[in-house]
Amino acid sequence: MKILVCISDVPDTTTKIKFSNENKELDKTGIQWIINPWDELSLTRAIELKEASGGKIESITVINVGQKGSEPTIRKALAMGADNAIRIDAEPKEAYYVAYQLAEVIKSKDFDIVLTGLDSADYNGSSVGGMLGELLDITNVSAISALNIEDDKVFVNREIEGGTQKLEIQTPFIAVVQKGIAIEPRIPAMRGIMQARTKPLEVVSPVDTDCLTENLVYELPQPKGACKKFSEENVSELVEVLHKEAKLI
Amino acid sequence: MTVLVYTENREGKFKKATFELLSYAEELAKNINGEVVALSIGNVSSDELNKLGNYGAKKVVSVTDEQFSLLDNKLYIKAIEDVAKKENASILVMADNLSGRALAPGLSAKLKAGLVSGVVAVPSSYEPFVIKKKVFTGKAFADVKVNSEVKVLTLSQNSYGIKDATSDTPQIEEYKPDTSGVESKFKLVSEELVTGKLLLSDAEIVVSGGRGMKSSENWHLLEELAQLLGAATACSRPVSDEGWRPHDEHVGQTGKIIAPTLYIASGISGAIQHVGGISSSKVIVAINKDPDAPIFEVADYGIVGDFQKVLPEFTNAIKEIKGA
Ligand SMILES: Cc1cc2nc3c(=O)[nH]c(=O)nc-3n(C[C@H](O)[C@H](O)[C@H](O)COP(=O)(O)OP(=O)(O)OC[C@H]3O[C@@H](n4cnc5c(N)ncnc54)[C@H](O)[C@@H]3O)c2cc1C
Ligand SMILES: Nc1ncnc2c1ncn2[C@@H]1O[C@H](COP(=O)(O)O)[C@@H](O)[C@H]1O
Repeated sequence: MKILVCISDVPDTTTKIKFSNENKELDKTGIQWIINPWDELSLTRAIELKEASGGKIESITVINVGQKGSEPTIRKALAMGADNAIRIDAEPKEAYYVAYQLAEVIKSKDFDIVLTGLDSADYNGSSVGGMLGELLDITNVSAISALNIEDDKVFVNREIEGGTQKLEIQTPFIAVVQKGIAIEPRIPAMRGIMQARTKPLEVVSPVDTDCLTENLVYELPQPKGACKKFSEENVSELVEVLHKEAKLI
Repeated sequence: MTVLVYTENREGKFKKATFELLSYAEELAKNINGEVVALSIGNVSSDELNKLGNYGAKKVVSVTDEQFSLLDNKLYIKAIEDVAKKENASILVMADNLSGRALAPGLSAKLKAGLVSGVVAVPSSYEPFVIKKKVFTGKAFADVKVNSEVKVLTLSQNSYGIKDATSDTPQIEEYKPDTSGVESKFKLVSEELVTGKLLLSDAEIVVSGGRGMKSSENWHLLEELAQLLGAATACSRPVSDEGWRPHDEHVGQTGKIIAPTLYIASGISGAIQHVGGISSSKVIVAINKDPDAPIFEVADYGIVGDFQKVLPEFTNAIKEIKGA
């Protein structure tokens, strides 16, 4: 069995976002780039499963659509425990473009499970995994909070509006993962970091395809007006305001 | 040309979020000289289907086939594609919730229709089609241009509002979509459904607690308040990690993203990852004993104090107003 984990390279979650070039571009100065939190957890789960599989899971590959600058993030995934990596050498312009590039590569290999995250912390597309399902014409299950393999059978838990379901699912499939898939991300050990330097990282060229959407310009939210503060002694005053002025309660 | 709205029911009833989608779609339809068609999948009474007319649907395509009882993305996508083509839809609108996120991307790929997820406003222009969405986990917005003929949008909850339309009873059409060639590759082993409880994603008011609440034993203070307000309860990530509260109550960048009218945060510091999940709330009230806690930077109202003292008083003051 082979697992593929799609990883997107995103600004650290604590980043204060700024824009440049008349708000047409993200200002990248000082940004720390990380593996998208969902992808880090998917990869962690894939590694746990491989470790427990007694050799049945042959390999874990990570794939990224990104330029040279995303290699440190890819190396980190290798240091965590992925066996090899593929980078599709293109700017990840928009979701359809990214999904199309991924699909082209995935078609030529035989992965049993493809993991993608619920959304990327950059453009919050929530798109790539679902698009892959249709581009590759394989099963796609979303909002996965658990992935288990028991006696060669694959089970997932998924969240739906108003509940969770456990499903038994045939491979190959694409899982769009969310909270719960793993508890804490795997921290690379020194040995892993050393090994990562020599693990295979294949760079492939993108294929031509259309962009269906384009981000024209960015804007920061309007700053909030100052918070109206009340003391412990004036709680009922606040409740009055919420009731009479804000008409919320 | 039509604007097709995917309307989701829960136990045979539509939610407010669905009426908001229709109101939104009606405005889009006006601007493209088209009509709103609603698609309903599942068993919904005709009375309930008729309600969709009050918010702008001219026609309701109702699909009740048994094969849709279990959500299978491929099957649903095939069915929605079929209806979109039949109705000549140029814009598809869905909610930015679990279902919308499960189905919209596949539809986009299948129809080669540009997807904009989490839109927060009506388009600023129709030709070219430009629309605003949230990016960077709510820290910014982007104006996105869609290049394709057909567009797929998922709407952030509470970003448009519900508007009554003066409309006749909609035409209801029973329909069996063409799903040939799609075969389900999974089976249901078991399920746990939340029944009778207000879902966090549907709640107008949310009462939320953080690590500052000290232990799960103090949660009754929040639950009592929530009950009084008809609110849902939520929590910060460490609280669900500690097991004080169930995981489905965790809000933030790695939990649920919500947009209630009123969000009350008690003992929550306001870390940037938490705020990412609640920043679209209309009004935020924070209770925190530290006057410099970052939550006060995003809150509209705040009480600097100990929750042990503040929450009971808060609840009592509301009881007085409500005359309970
Ligand atoms: C990749 C990543 C993703 C993350 N995603 C999320 C997410 O989705 N959601 C999330 O919530 N967090 C998330 N976090 C964690 C986040 O960074 C914070 O650690 C977390 O939000 C803090 O939770 P808290 O405010 O409950 O606790 P704390 O930061 O410990 O704050 C407790 C607050 O309670 C106040 N307090 C203490 N005692 C009292 C009292 N008696 N009365 C009143 N107030 C009191 C304190 O002043 C303090 O402000 C994420 C972190 C990372 C790295
Ligand atoms: N550039 C990329 N390269 C590889 N995978 C990606 C890329 N962008 C997004 N993904 C995958 O798709 C998921 C959802 O991203 P998005 O649709 O952009 O919100 C991410 O968690 C990744 O698993």
